[in-house]
Amino acid sequence: MFGSLSLEILQQYWWAIISLLGAMLVFLLFVQGGQTLIYSLGKTEGERTLLVNSLGRKWEFTFTTLVTFGGAFFASFPLFYATSFGGAYWVWMAILFCFVIQAVSYEFRSKPANVLGPRTFETFLFINGAVGTILLGTAVGTFFTGSMFSVDFSNITRIADPAISRWETPYHGLEAALNIQNIALGLTVFFLARILGILYFFNNVDHADIMARARKSLIRNSIPFVVVFLVFVIMLLTRKGFAVDPHTARVYFENFKYAHNLAAMPLMAVFFLGGTLLVLTGIIVTLMKPLYSKGIWFTGTGTVLFVFSLFAIAGYNHTAYYPSTFDLQDSLTIANSSSSKYTLTAMSYVSLLVPFVIAYIFYAWRSINREKITPGEIETGSHVY
Amino acid sequence: MLENIDYSLVNWSRGQFALTAMYHWIFVPLTLGLSFIIALMESLYVKTGQEQWKKITKFWMTLFGINFAIGVATGIILEFEFGTNWSNYSWFVGDIFGAPLAIEGIMAFFLESTFIAVMFFGWNKVSKKFHLVSTWLVAFGANLSALWILVANAWMQSPVGMHFNPDTARNEMLNFWDVLLSPVAINKFLHTITSGYVLAALFVVGVSAWYLLKNREHNLAKKSILVAGVFGLISSLMLIYTGDGSAKQVAVVQPMKLAAMEGLYEGKEGTGLMAFGILSDLSEDTTTRNSKEVVLKIEIPKFLSFLAYGKFNAYVPGINDLVDGNADRGLLPVAEKIDRGRFARESLAQLKAARDKGDTITYNQLKARFSDQHFRDNYFRYFGYGFLSDPNSVIPNVPIAFYSFHIMVALGFFFLLLLALVLFVLYKNKLEGNKLLLRVALFSIPLAYIASQCGWVLAEMGRQPWVIQDLMPTMAAISHINSTSVQITFFLFAVLFTTLLIAEVSIMIRQIKTGPK
Ligand code: HDD
Ligand code: HEM
Ligand code: HEM
Repeated sequence: MFGSLSLEILQQYWWAIISLLGAMLVFLLFVQGGQTLIYSLGKTEGERTLLVNSLGRKWEFTFTTLVTFGGAFFASFPLFYATSFGGAYWVWMAILFCFVIQAVSYEFRSKPANVLGPRTFETFLFINGAVGTILLGTAVGTFFTGSMFSVDFSNITRIADPAISRWETPYHGLEAALNIQNIALGLTVFFLARILGILYFFNNVDHADIMARARKSLIRNSIPFVVVFLVFVIMLLTRKGFAVDPHTARVYFENFKYAHNLAAMPLMAVFFLGGTLLVLTGIIVTLMKPLYSKGIWFTGTGTVLFVFSLFAIAGYNHTAYYPSTFDLQDSLTIANSSSSKYTLTAMSYVSLLVPFVIAYIFYAWRSINREKITPGEIETGSHVY
Repeated sequence: MLENIDYSLVNWSRGQFALTAMYHWIFVPLTLGLSFIIALMESLYVKTGQEQWKKITKFWMTLFGINFAIGVATGIILEFEFGTNWSNYSWFVGDIFGAPLAIEGIMAFFLESTFIAVMFFGWNKVSKKFHLVSTWLVAFGANLSALWILVANAWMQSPVGMHFNPDTARNEMLNFWDVLLSPVAINKFLHTITSGYVLAALFVVGVSAWYLLKNREHNLAKKSILVAGVFGLISSLMLIYTGDGSAKQVAVVQPMKLAAMEGLYEGKEGTGLMAFGILSDLSEDTTTRNSKEVVLKIEIPKFLSFLAYGKFNAYVPGINDLVDGNADRGLLPVAEKIDRGRFARESLAQLKAARDKGDTITYNQLKARFSDQHFRDNYFRYFGYGFLSDPNSVIPNVPIAFYSFHIMVALGFFFLLLLALVLFVLYKNKLEGNKLLLRVALFSIPLAYIASQCGWVLAEMGRQPWVIQDLMPTMAAISHINSTSVQITFFLFAVLFTTLLIAEVSIMIRQIKTGPK
């Protein structure tokens, strides 16, 4: 079935899967966003416990999506894995730290004799939610702004210093934080995650006081969100991009490249605009209808569509998705950084499992999530965070 | 040229990987085994309908949850470390190595993390049957994660199913099934998961023994010992069987590791198996080889030959034979392999240069060389040796390999006896009175962890200097970063993981002291 597809098609197929995983990941960051709100929405110990438990049933899912995103990127575009992770060392290490401390926090927070005390674990959750989201966004920002690295396969024949890809600044990724567009994307992800977190609480938690605070918080987060989001979008659509000549594979600058990409791929333009509208719809409807709990589905779907289109314009239509500002010709494209045809084909068969995975996740969730979480459930439940 | 190699970077990267992998491996084996033990207990609950089984199941499930969380926390680092610290490796073999990691995420991690939520939160929300199925799925999910990562690891010890593409300077997969079903992978998987089962069984038996020593929770303790003991006893037999299988594979794919783990310098026919021994420096060693000899040994005659090759008179090559070569036995000297490896490496360099210059004639000639079977089998095969200069550098640390192997094997037999004895005394209904046996069972918990770590130390350090056997030495696998950065992250991880470990152990102990609810 996949065996007859050309390498180009397989590369595009895998870029679509990476885009989808990335889009799902950003949506699922509602867990991270929610974690930053535990203290501003929960004023008593009991309220905070309620919020933590509401998020605690989903965190694993975000985490696993991040892990799978990494694994799938490694398998399908190993040159990216080698170049970005090995080069932007500090950014990725910081992201990893943020996620390591999250993984234990839910389970350990309320257990007796946890040595560090509940406050520490709540702080861990906050750091994960705030720093983790901003850094992830900033790292993805470099897909459009580029990084200083070089790639040379012949290095591998050198005994001393054989690394094929090198970061050409000593800051190893920290320099990404100096670019306004990257930061704008980082902050966009941060505020979006918080908004999604609030909408998730509307959907999942049954508690009047918390909901009243959540409503105010939604307004407070939506305003900065719209501002940083607009900054990012305007900079993205007006900037010159990293285009690839389809015949010679040479990389060159093209003005308004990403706007052109949207024009060239109308479906992506629909995702881009429609996604934005859905994100805003979810927020506005929730603000207008007091008991509305389905906003997360609008904003969530919008997030997935928008982020998908973002990855699409970074990689498709003869674009270098991981550009090198050190030497344009070393930029990574989906054509020059992918796995072999055989591996992509084999992996494509594995990808057929994805709908099945989504189906059982949906089924399992529904079976334990039919009702909203209440303080009563926390008191009687057998597994409480 | 040699002095430019940044050994400090190589060693800190190795240290960091070893640190994080060994931390991960503190938690993983318990997950692997305890998930099955819990599933067995819950099955008994569903079958008999007795509430006490539910209580027992829930008690062990709480401990499982604490352990699981930190297992997840330590795992994510490992995955990304291939990129951050072994970026050259990630390119050189990513085409093969990345696939199992991705499959692991799609197939195993989601299965595990989805049904773990049902397992913990679904007691009063889903039917008994669905809950039981979920618990079993968690166990299968955990063991599936082990499968894929071990396939990846086995492939590093014995690279199969791929060919080298000189244009991209990487290995590319030719046959997925060869990678998945390689005998090394199968043995490694079976041996490793059974080691997790034994460890978990000893954990359950040990904790239960503590309750009996404290004269409390008699019902829970004895029932748990029964389930875990039987599960552990069967697993112990399989563990020894598959350990033997692993040794046979090592003999075939990594003869140097085999020689090191037995401290065997001079090869011979009908080699004995060292049941016990102490290594001491060889006084008359004139080489830089730092040779050792085994003193105070208890040897089972001819058994190593049998263990490794299934024949009592089989020839087992020693370290000296492997380094210096042995024409009678068809062993190439390492010096020769180094020359051939250099030739392969230089061919690749020339190919690149020709391509850059646009010299198509030379380029095509060299390209043909890389597709030539003779060149592949006799030259490219030793590609990694081209990075070495001293033939002795292919010798791993012999004492480490030797002791870790012997400790593991000795403990393996000890666990078998212990579990058999505990079950026997339980059957005679004399367990409560046998304080000595209960104490031994309790203190065997740390021994299980030691055996398990020893196994990995043997597997990973015994293959030095290779990351990919014969193809890529560790020093060629690194990223282009400075060693100070790696030192910083090393200490950050060391502090963070140690703190989390202390918290975890403290929580565990408190939960055990509190007992079932
Ligand atoms: C409870 C832990 C435990 C116990 C009691 C044993 N093992 Fe083991 N062993 C492991 C836990 C382990 C492990 C942690 O699972 C390893 C590390 C890497 C691997 O594949 O499995 C391992 C590796 C390992 C290797 C190296 C494989 C390689 O280098 O790829 C060999 C040859 C053996 N074992 C052999 C044995 C034998 C003959 C045993 C006899 C009783 C034994 N092990 C008991
Ligand atoms: C979880 C169990 C594991 C443990 C305890 C473990 C242990 C170790 C140790 C002790 C080292 C350092 C060896 C040295 O001094 O060089 C090491 C290195 C390494 N291991 Fe493992 N390992 C484990 C699993 C794996 C797996 C599953 C893989 C691959 C999929 C792997 C890949 C590596 C790599 C790439 C290195 C660095 C290169 C090297 O130094 O040899 N390890 N590991
Ligand atoms: C060096 C190679 C390894 C890598 C890159 C790795 C990666 C990971 C990651 C990312 C997770 C978290 C998954 C989640 O999100 O739920 C994890 C957990 C897990 N890993 Fe590993 N792992 C390695 C070695 C091993 C080995 C050798 C085994 C078993 C033989 C193993 C078995 C497991 C299991 C059972 C879990 C589930 C949670 C737990 O640890 O308790 N891993 N691993």
